[in-house]
Amino acid sequence: MRWLVMLAAAAFAMASYANDVGQIKSLKGTVQVERDGKRLAAAPGMGVKQADVLVTGADSSVGVTFLDNSMLSLGPSSTLAIDHYSFDSTTHAGRFDSSLKRGTLAGVSGRIVQQSPEAMRVRTPASVMAVRGTEFLVQVGAPAR
Amino acid sequence: MGAVLVGALIVLAVVLSRQTTPPDDLFAVLPSADGHTGAVVVERDGERTVLDKSYASIRSGESEPTWLSDQEVRTAFAPALAAMPPRPAKFLLYFETATDQLTEESRGELARMLAEITRRPAPDILVIGHTDRVGQDEENDRLSLQRAERVKGDLVSQGVPVERIRASGRGEREALVPTADGVDEPRNRRVEINVR
Repeated sequence: MRWLVMLAAAAFAMASYANDVGQIKSLKGTVQVERDGKRLAAAPGMGVKQADVLVTGADSSVGVTFLDNSMLSLGPSSTLAIDHYSFDSTTHAGRFDSSLKRGTLAGVSGRIVQQSPEAMRVRTPASVMAVRGTEFLVQVGAPAR
Repeated sequence: MGAVLVGALIVLAVVLSRQTTPPDDLFAVLPSADGHTGAVVVERDGERTVLDKSYASIRSGESEPTWLSDQEVRTAFAPALAAMPPRPAKFLLYFETATDQLTEESRGELARMLAEITRRPAPDILVIGHTDRVGQDEENDRLSLQRAERVKGDLVSQGVPVERIRASGRGEREALVPTADGVDEPRNRRVEINVR
């Protein structure tokens, strides 16, 4: 019986892992993942799924590596929604859309963009950025000058 | 009474203006770790701006790109940049022709890779198989995945949790050494491993 429970737990862990599009690699302070109407406390090693919203507290930050080797990291008091993520590991076709609602974001593009330039997009409330390659920064709520 | 009404109207106006005016934003391009600078295209109110030089930036209310200062990168973006995950480490393993058997040298490379896996706090591993250009595409897709699965099995037998490893096959799409179709190039018969 115990063996069956362990098997079921392992199968469940693998099934949920199968939907992961990325993984939290670094984390400082308080970070939450909003998923299916719930707020989960984030931790290093936790999977990130399509439609997740990552929220960092004050003095907090988080870094995520996605399946295609693209990476995103958030500074303090930031909110990022993973709107769409698809990636074919054989052909490298895919699309990666996210939205920065507030705060600061640093990013590095991966295999999706190598295969299809501009297939990675970051939206803000006023703008949309298409990534043709490599590294970028985005801020929402930027101080005017 | 009048004062209360005026106050309520002011609050309403502030709330409405907050809802209709999106917050300011800022986009910038950085040099990448390998020194190459890529590009992004920012679209706002139907205007497209290409940023393709290191530290080129565009912000709300400005129609031309400007340069992001060192100080601004350090103050506004230092926490986000510090949270960037470690770069994926890449390893290459080579195979004997038309088999999933590793060459002698590549069995030694496996050990270096295991050390990198244990060094990382929350590792996950991508195992990506490739073939040379001998044979049909479908056959090479199958063989490349078979090679990747073989290496995944080796890692699992070394104690790496199976749920941390993903295997995939790229067939002959990503030849390391470009050749004509049908060429038996040993450097293309490989498995690439990304430790992340």
